[in-house]
Amino acid sequence: MELFINQVLAGISTGAIYACMALAVVMIYQAIDHLNFAQGEMAMFSTFIAYQLLQWGIPYWWTFPLTLIISFAGGIAIERALFKPLGNAPVLVHVAGFIALFAILNSVAGLTWDWTIKQFPTPFGNAPFLGSQLISTHQAGMIGITFILLILLFVFFRFTRVGLAMRAAAALPESAKLVGINVSWMIALGWGMASGIGAIAGILIAPVVFLEPNMMGGVLVYGFASAVLGGLTSPFGAVMGGFLVGVFENLVGTYIPGVGNELKLPIALALIITVLVLRPGGLFGRTFVQRV
Amino acid sequence: MTTAHETAPAATASKKAAAAAAPSMNIARVASLITLALLLLVPLFLKNFYIFQMTQWLIYAIALLALNILTGGSGQFSLGQSAFYAVGAYTAAVMMEILGVNYALTLPVAGLICFVFGFLFGLPALRLSGVYLALATFALAVAMPQVLKLHFFESWTGGVQGLVIIKPDPPEFLKTIGLKVSQDMWLYYFTLVVGIGIYIASVNLLASRSGRAMMAIRDNQIAASAMGIDVPLYKTLAFGISAGITGVAGALGAIAVAFVAPDSYTIQLAIALFLGMVIGGVGWLPGSLAGAAFIVFVPNIAESISKGLSGAIFGIILIVIIFLVPHGARQVAYMAQHLIGKIGKSS
Repeated sequence: MELFINQVLAGISTGAIYACMALAVVMIYQAIDHLNFAQGEMAMFSTFIAYQLLQWGIPYWWTFPLTLIISFAGGIAIERALFKPLGNAPVLVHVAGFIALFAILNSVAGLTWDWTIKQFPTPFGNAPFLGSQLISTHQAGMIGITFILLILLFVFFRFTRVGLAMRAAAALPESAKLVGINVSWMIALGWGMASGIGAIAGILIAPVVFLEPNMMGGVLVYGFASAVLGGLTSPFGAVMGGFLVGVFENLVGTYIPGVGNELKLPIALALIITVLVLRPGGLFGRTFVQRV
Repeated sequence: MTTAHETAPAATASKKAAAAAAPSMNIARVASLITLALLLLVPLFLKNFYIFQMTQWLIYAIALLALNILTGGSGQFSLGQSAFYAVGAYTAAVMMEILGVNYALTLPVAGLICFVFGFLFGLPALRLSGVYLALATFALAVAMPQVLKLHFFESWTGGVQGLVIIKPDPPEFLKTIGLKVSQDMWLYYFTLVVGIGIYIASVNLLASRSGRAMMAIRDNQIAASAMGIDVPLYKTLAFGISAGITGVAGALGAIAVAFVAPDSYTIQLAIALFLGMVIGGVGWLPGSLAGAAFIVFVPNIAESISKGLSGAIFGIILIVIIFLVPHGARQVAYMAQHLIGKIGKSS
């Protein structure tokens, strides 16, 4: 039983990483109705920007908001420069664009900051949290920040005019235009916010997985899986999905014999797909009824 | 009776269309004949290494054709093609090296096994669409190399090391009539023949009743089912056929490279195939050749421009292509057709 509880706790602490990423994934899905395959690389790039600012001697608590602002602007710039001109091109072309963005960011980061693994500081420290060896203060801080973000997002989408306008623009672009919402800029704003949340995720994850251009490879897959599992329409679902996937993965590794690190991912994905086959909209998502 | 009923109005309609589009039809036909002639003749003047690259190119084109049938034909998205490719490749390798079967015989078996595999995978995938289907197929692609590495199958698959295959020699009768054909050249023409056969079959498939059913599902699933199309059957069938053809491509790939290993069939292969389809033009079968050229040659070009920034250059080339021609090679072909048509009229 103790083993079980320990593994669940360890799962929750890795799940926090996935939850962060999943939140960013859902954010952009809300804004543009696609999964952004370059999301992880954007977060990685933002983290490198934070790293660079720290290298220049800017204190941590200045770096954090600065990185957020730069990432926000960067997200909007990417949308304006790359994806707005693509406009009405088919969905699959947009996906190809994401892959291109992925390749570019990865390669440029590798060349600028080189491919070696770097340490990234944490503001929370790495002492055991409440005497538990499994969750460090950093991971606890991460879980806390994830939930704060979630609440902020909820408030933003629920109670502000801009949030409402963004939801309208994503759900029914034509009708939103008719009531005077600038749909095009709402999408740009969505990109900016997703990029900003990605930056937060990157800065929180980097102390755990270490900073390098490929740091997001594995995390993004789990982030997608978590977002899809929780339901792409629900930020709350995404966060819950993240924790579930983290716990899932750990329990599978512990209790099913012969499952090494290699098979963890396929089995986690297989379980997620099983869930999806039973509940196609995800655990917390809404299913849309299609009409002719 | 029903066929006569169906074709009669269609025939008059197509005659009208043919009369209107006569020059463009000819252009398309001329273009395909030129392509065929080039495919037949060019290897005669190339070194073995380049012939090998052309074989690779044809093999990817076959795999793209398969993806085009699935995505362009039935509207289902797949990031898991690398898994079917891997199954095809391993089927060929195991049959040749462990069972000692002739290489040509491995192709139909690889196709059949992958067809069954794809069909079965298509069943649960029926409940999923869009992003969810993408994730499911993605999971398949991620899982496949790990499954191939499993200790349990090691006596068959060779585990992490993979299997080395002996490259087949050209048949004896070519020597007796005095033709000197290298292994690479023989494999090239072998692949070409298989590819042309698959291409003709695919064109006919998409033009057939089943093909139209698939396209109806792609355009509007609910309307299609209201018209009495068996949606689950055709969707899984599309998955099966696509997987089967990908399997044949995989088997050819294994024979041409003479080596299979789990890490040759990662998610990167699936992504490359996806990009190739977009570059070629979704749903346009001849575009597969253009898409395959992109897969084989653009990474090399990017690498030759700059080693350190090859990823960025690859991405920029990709972006430039999708900006200029969002519908890929298909759009280029249409533009060329219009241009030639105009020149033809004005002269």
